[in-house]
Amino acid sequence: MTIMSYRQALHDTLRSEMLRDDNVFLMGEEIGVFEGSYKITAGLLKEFGEKRVRDTPIAEEGFAGAAIGAAMLGLRPVIEMMTINFSMLALDQIINHAAKIYGMFGGQASVPLVIRTPGGGGQQLGATHSQNIELFYAFVPGMKVVAPSTPADAKALMLAAIRDDDPVLFLENLALYNTKGEVPDDDVPAEIGRALVTRPGKDLTLIGYSRMAHVAAEVAASLAESDGLDIEVVDLRSLRPLDRETIVSSVRKTHAAVVLEDDWLTYGIGAEVAASISDGAFDYLDAPVRRVAMAEVPMPYSKTLETAALPSRDDVTAAIRQTLAAVGHRTAPLALGVPQS
Amino acid sequence: MIEIKMPRLSDTMEEGAISTWRKQPGDTVAIGDVLVEIETDKAVMEYEAYQAGTLAEILVAEGSNADIGAPIALLDDGASGPAASVPAGSATTALVERTQPALVRNGGPSTVTPAPAGPASAQPSGGANGSSRQIASPLVRKLVRENHLDLSHVTGSGPGGRIIRADIADLLVGGTPAPAATTAAAPAAAAPAVTVPAEPAAPSDAAAVPAAPEADDVRGTRSVPVSQVRRVIARRLSASARDIPHFYVTAVADAQALMDLRATLNAQLTEAGRAKISVNDLLIRACALALREHPDVNVSYGGDESSVTLIHDRINIGVAVAAESGLIVPVIRDADAKTVTQLGAEAKKLVALASERKLTPAQTSGGTFTISNLGMFGVEHFTAIINPPESAILAVGATTREPTVVGDGLEPRYRLRYTLSVDHRVIDGALAAKFLQTLTSLVEHPWMIIA
Repeated sequence: MTIMSYRQALHDTLRSEMLRDDNVFLMGEEIGVFEGSYKITAGLLKEFGEKRVRDTPIAEEGFAGAAIGAAMLGLRPVIEMMTINFSMLALDQIINHAAKIYGMFGGQASVPLVIRTPGGGGQQLGATHSQNIELFYAFVPGMKVVAPSTPADAKALMLAAIRDDDPVLFLENLALYNTKGEVPDDDVPAEIGRALVTRPGKDLTLIGYSRMAHVAAEVAASLAESDGLDIEVVDLRSLRPLDRETIVSSVRKTHAAVVLEDDWLTYGIGAEVAASISDGAFDYLDAPVRRVAMAEVPMPYSKTLETAALPSRDDVTAAIRQTLAAVGHRTAPLALGVPQS
Repeated sequence: MIEIKMPRLSDTMEEGAISTWRKQPGDTVAIGDVLVEIETDKAVMEYEAYQAGTLAEILVAEGSNADIGAPIALLDDGASGPAASVPAGSATTALVERTQPALVRNGGPSTVTPAPAGPASAQPSGGANGSSRQIASPLVRKLVRENHLDLSHVTGSGPGGRIIRADIADLLVGGTPAPAATTAAAPAAAAPAVTVPAEPAAPSDAAAVPAAPEADDVRGTRSVPVSQVRRVIARRLSASARDIPHFYVTAVADAQALMDLRATLNAQLTEAGRAKISVNDLLIRACALALREHPDVNVSYGGDESSVTLIHDRINIGVAVAAESGLIVPVIRDADAKTVTQLGAEAKKLVALASERKLTPAQTSGGTFTISNLGMFGVEHFTAIINPPESAILAVGATTREPTVVGDGLEPRYRLRYTLSVDHRVIDGALAAKFLQTLTSLVEHPWMIIA
């Protein structure tokens, strides 16, 4: 185990995979000479050369298409969309080509492509550069979408994504790059499509992914400390395939769930999770599933308004308290008694 | 705005459950209109409005409990502003205001799924008398199915009166999940990120279903809810058996004359188109007369701290009724001043009300003596537990034909056995014996009962 940042874990994994497999190469805007807008690819141009670390024009559709072609012919491209907002310029390539080719052409060619891209707000980048539109890709059969929330998962899921034969959208998050955590030294890929119970508990299931899985872990730890609550945290890690089994299994145990997402509430990832709970754990629910999401607005530029629009720890705590109140748990204070074990 | 409060509807009532709201928010309420039906420990009672106005808000939903004096609804009498908002909604509203910036032009959706509706709006908007479906969480419904529970006496403490698992915890034998099952998933969950969680189905199922201890299988046990009535019976009779030094005096009466008189009376009553009388009706009056003769039996112990014993001048006789919901004792007041046919009619009415759980507090309180008759079940003889604050109870067996010594021979005659349970703190053995002697004399000379 080594303690490192999410950014470092991504960097190191890209590097080790490039060392392991000559077919792995990188493309994207400003990833070479400038070393990446978020410095994930720092030093890699110097180490691997222009052939394997290619700066592209500002032409998302173009380099996405080039990467798809390369992948069809046996290479393993890892392309960087500077932010997920710009990936919309390549929607046709990603959705109509990368996601379709294997199925449409009878399996003659697969597309082992990784699209790395950070989502998320909170950096005062305005409405068009602060979105969480991973849903677009999670919606499409033929795609895989992973969303690590920890440095360890950034590594394990990057290993899995590069070695997977299908196109994988690899969702990073601006707010997570500097977070630190233990990362295993061994190269053990995660299983794409498996969520993880990152904190076992019995009072309520708190479900999140990417930044909100991080928030979920913090809130659960904080409420355990302040109120003695025993909250189970499920980190989805993969949005497609979605690990309904782990979600349902957890809610069957806790009888209540709050789903967190950084995207918008309406038609969001949380809605799919809530529907999965209804399908698989209806008879185990003691209260309706609640969702916490971003305000339904284009992200404001003003720092105050941006902070207000994003789901906060307070919002999450309030939703937990309301849900626990609905199932008859005392949520405060500790002295009055925690639900018996 | 007038607060409607949970009334005290009986002496033993500590809280009441809202059974049915007969008025809904917005309905006009006139003085004397029935606002709500309230379930107490003894009965379901109608509660009438003492003020006129418009029902503004229901604060305690159907199926929910409230302590005596707690507000259960708001009545708008025009004296003040509009009703306060439903509490359940306000937290969410605040949350929305905080997280939703001003540039939302159309009051768009919140960032959090809407909170469950408040108690008032959770009620169906149908007819004023429509009793609503009992709301229970899916988990509760599943547990009810699996454990054959009855929710009819469970009150929901969740939003809008929803019955949640916590409300039925007492009904579930060994209801908490087995520790082993709960922790089974933990080791896998705590493992490093790359570890794949174990197959989920088995341990979670075991954890969610209330543990079925082996004893349950062995005994074939199932759980049924404890009703308010049953709780009161348990509490009061435990206190009686624990606190009152009972002693028992048994006598046997020759009931031939009583049965003959009853047969004669009933033949004539039937001819006259009137209701027949029972042995029990005759016994009620006989006891009332015996109590008149022995007023020291018609008493209540004042308590260890009290310097007085309460002697009751009125003779109010309770008749133990085995209602479906459990034992209940309606009281016939001034039984000594009523004829046997009056007593019979009144007893019949009270028994019917008891089985419908419609007895009023007045009809179940104020007793000074109780008769419990199991004769109709062929019971020869039994002893009863005193119904406090009374000091005596008569347990009556069946009237059966037995070989009886008459002169030097045997003759088949009706015989009736009864046992008086007495509170020795206030009644001594000789007094109890004298009371029974009087009663037996009345039974054996039944014209004295109706004279």
